[in-house]
Amino acid sequence: MSAYNFAYLDEATKRMLRRAILKAVAIPGYQVPFSSREMPMPYGWGTGGVQVTAACLVPEDTLKVIDQGADDTTNAVSIRKFFERVADVAVTGQTAEASIIQTRHRIPETPLTEGQILVFQVPIPEPLRFLEPRETETRVMHALEDYGLMQVRLYEDIARHGEIARAYAYPVRVEGRYIMDPSPIPKFDNPKLDNSHALQLFGAGREGRIYALPPYTRVESLDFEDYPFTATKAAGQACALCGSTSSYLDEVITDDAGGRMFVCSDTDYCASRVAAQSQEDAA
Amino acid sequence: MTPLLQVEGLSKHYGNFLGCGDVSFTLWPGEVMGIVGESGSGKSTLLNCLAGHLTPDAGRVLFDTREQGLRDTLAMAESERRWLARTDWAFVHQNPRDGLRMNVSAGGNVGERLMAVGARHYGNIRSQATDWLDRVEIDTGRIDDRPRAFSGGMQQRLQIARNLVTGPRLVFMDEPTGGLDVSVQARLLDLMRGLVRRLGLSAVIVTHDLAVVRLLADRLMVMKDGRVVEDGLTDQVLDDPQHAYTQLLVSSVLQV
Repeated sequence: MSAYNFAYLDEATKRMLRRAILKAVAIPGYQVPFSSREMPMPYGWGTGGVQVTAACLVPEDTLKVIDQGADDTTNAVSIRKFFERVADVAVTGQTAEASIIQTRHRIPETPLTEGQILVFQVPIPEPLRFLEPRETETRVMHALEDYGLMQVRLYEDIARHGEIARAYAYPVRVEGRYIMDPSPIPKFDNPKLDNSHALQLFGAGREGRIYALPPYTRVESLDFEDYPFTATKAAGQACALCGSTSSYLDEVITDDAGGRMFVCSDTDYCASRVAAQSQEDAA
Repeated sequence: MTPLLQVEGLSKHYGNFLGCGDVSFTLWPGEVMGIVGESGSGKSTLLNCLAGHLTPDAGRVLFDTREQGLRDTLAMAESERRWLARTDWAFVHQNPRDGLRMNVSAGGNVGERLMAVGARHYGNIRSQATDWLDRVEIDTGRIDDRPRAFSGGMQQRLQIARNLVTGPRLVFMDEPTGGLDVSVQARLLDLMRGLVRRLGLSAVIVTHDLAVVRLLADRLMVMKDGRVVEDGLTDQVLDDPQHAYTQLLVSSVLQV
């Protein structure tokens, strides 16, 4: 443990990261460039999120790490172990107990509270990337609010598929200003971004960008007046374990004969509901 | 009456080479100005300077904005210039591939300018796109086809529809009929003449084709080596050319 500085990164690097985070908080939805460091894990495994988490961690923190909603998948386990080792902070699987939650692809079902920080791992921070390949041009487009092209993409979806076909990384507009990629969370989670009690930070390690949503920020999903945004999930299904009909569900193939089940993607939410139900049964 | 566009002493150099030099003219509302000259005479440089694609070395380009009257577009902020470019101005490129999004459907191409100025109702955008495809004589059943599947003439008509959908007051055209065969050219010219007259558009048309300016332009400027050598009413310049170069240009047209 003593071989590492607290939370792996040296103090100067953490200060650089904190400056970028403060700037990002000051300009909600704006992508702040930062000099991303090499981390002891490959790009795509959450190097951006890890750096943001490292810059925010204090010894009193309780850390939760989730990947696709689950606490026990490879990515989540390895990042949690990493911080247990290099920062010696308490870790938890329970959303309500955590002060910092690093996440990949989900926002927990349990509503977040004031004082909590949600850190997203972001692969491609630029929402306009596949519409306009030039970085110089996308920056100008953001600066001038030149966002017609994004709407054209949604138009094309409706023209071709009859609805906006984007199911994840659904673009949002922050405080009526910047268009932001919410990282690859399902669009089911988009409403949770809006007016959140918690601070939400987004880190993209490979691209060297940090952006943020301060608490109580207005976040609107892009849509058309006659084709409004809808947060969708597996229709008409309930979780096979806890019976929840309101949480986001994963479809799990159980055998080669077409057997399948739907379970909550948020393992903590599901487990706590199952535990509460068994207590009721016992009582 | 306020001129729509007033150009004063516009010059652009490429290093030591003169792109266009000391060009001044005034364009009045509803007027179509033709700029002719051979390749390399500075026509396109001039047009790109006017439309804000290039920054001239000297001169002023005053445009009659809706709110504040005559303003120098070169002194405007980039955001204001882009706003003009997608509302009051239109730019028709010689090659439709430069002016269209080739991987976006025809309807999306026409709707882009509407969405860029804030339209957010899919049904309305679509009906306006349908209306404009109809006006430029494209089968409305092809609204969801990509421009790649269109012929050259259709692509050029689609580009015109895409530009005119927001009701611009000033249209810049760079060789709009270049690369089209003569019968398609004739149809396109007929269409453009109809649109210009019906919508009361003002336009600056750059071309080397004298037939185009004869049909469309009220006034004509002849350029050679970056300088304006002659200007006047179209018929006057073409029927009674004064400058030696204009005489050469007019006499070079093949008679069939």
